[in-house]
Amino acid sequence: MTDLRTDISYATPGEGSFGDYVALLKPRVMSLVVFTALVGLLVAPGSLHPVEALAAIIFIALGAGASGALNMWWDADIDQVMKRTSGRPIPAGKVAPGEALGLGVALSGLSVIMLWLATNALAGFLLAFTIFFYAVIYSMWLKRATPQNIVIGGAAGAFPPLIGWVAVTGSISLEACLMFLLIFMWTPPHFWALALFMKSDYHKANVPMLTVTHGRKVTRAHILVYTIALIPFALAAGLTSIGGPVYLALALVLNLMFLQGAVAIWRRDEAQAEGDGYATEKRVFRFSLAYLFLHFVAILAEAALANLPAYAGFAAQFKILELF
Amino acid sequence: MAITREHDLHKRRSGRNVGLAVVLVLFIALVFGLTIAKVSGGSALQAFDHSYRPSLDPDHVRFQQR
Repeated sequence: MTDLRTDISYATPGEGSFGDYVALLKPRVMSLVVFTALVGLLVAPGSLHPVEALAAIIFIALGAGASGALNMWWDADIDQVMKRTSGRPIPAGKVAPGEALGLGVALSGLSVIMLWLATNALAGFLLAFTIFFYAVIYSMWLKRATPQNIVIGGAAGAFPPLIGWVAVTGSISLEACLMFLLIFMWTPPHFWALALFMKSDYHKANVPMLTVTHGRKVTRAHILVYTIALIPFALAAGLTSIGGPVYLALALVLNLMFLQGAVAIWRRDEAQAEGDGYATEKRVFRFSLAYLFLHFVAILAEAALANLPAYAGFAAQFKILELF
Repeated sequence: MAITREHDLHKRRSGRNVGLAVVLVLFIALVFGLTIAKVSGGSALQAFDHSYRPSLDPDHVRFQQR
């Protein structure tokens, strides 16, 4: 005798494993959020108790995860059509849409209140705004309405280092804004490079990516323009208290390489790209991930090197924006 | 012989329950740690044990610091 029928399929909604619920929180995005928020928190002037710092990072990551769950709930129809996202828990039938919504709303409230209690009200407010921005402004509105979706929606991914900084200091400063702008300006060329070789996916899902609405030639030009616009912000961070000679040297090399990649994408046409299976576009996309990661590693390295008196004195000459 | 048959669904539910239990225990530990960190403000905690101790008296501490 059993309480269970074994003659039915178990891919029915609501019978997902623990891992399926974790997948709703987009763990790969969370890892980037944890890293950038941690850098913002570690390089900010002042300090938190280690337990407070750990709690801050966990709740920032949880807030990012909550917005991921809300995004998957809203975008389930798009995810089902796109090859890249068809295996996500909702389109795969492992988790019911209502469960994703419930999880997203519950974790949003929990993460915001706990971050507020662990650190300060401004950090909590910024996390709440980030979740709202990603779930409502980006997912519900911009993504299906304008080819500029990535440009404005990129702000959601740019907030974590700013929140990490605010968790320690309780206020927003130039350094925090430049870390925000670094990710914000980096997002469009990064995603458009992806869109160039994933075009059919976005086209099928009717998402107005720039490649779909304005064509690939215009997208290639946009990648170059936004990469050029990114460079001043990436270099300016090196002239503030979070920068220094190591950051500036690395940023200079990375930005030149990114620019070189963007020019290579701009100069290619579709026949060339299809001929080599979008090799350049894929290379630039992969490099863009390393680009962002290494900028934040350099910011962290500067904070570590600042403990050496000889280096700190030398580095101070480069920090001409520190007074602002 | 067991009266119920073990099925993949049982394993999946069990995994969910264990996972949730671990998350809840970690959350409780974090909130406890956070409480200790907030209350102590970085210094050692002293509990009131129903007898007068000068170190627990704010007036005495202020007097000592003068």
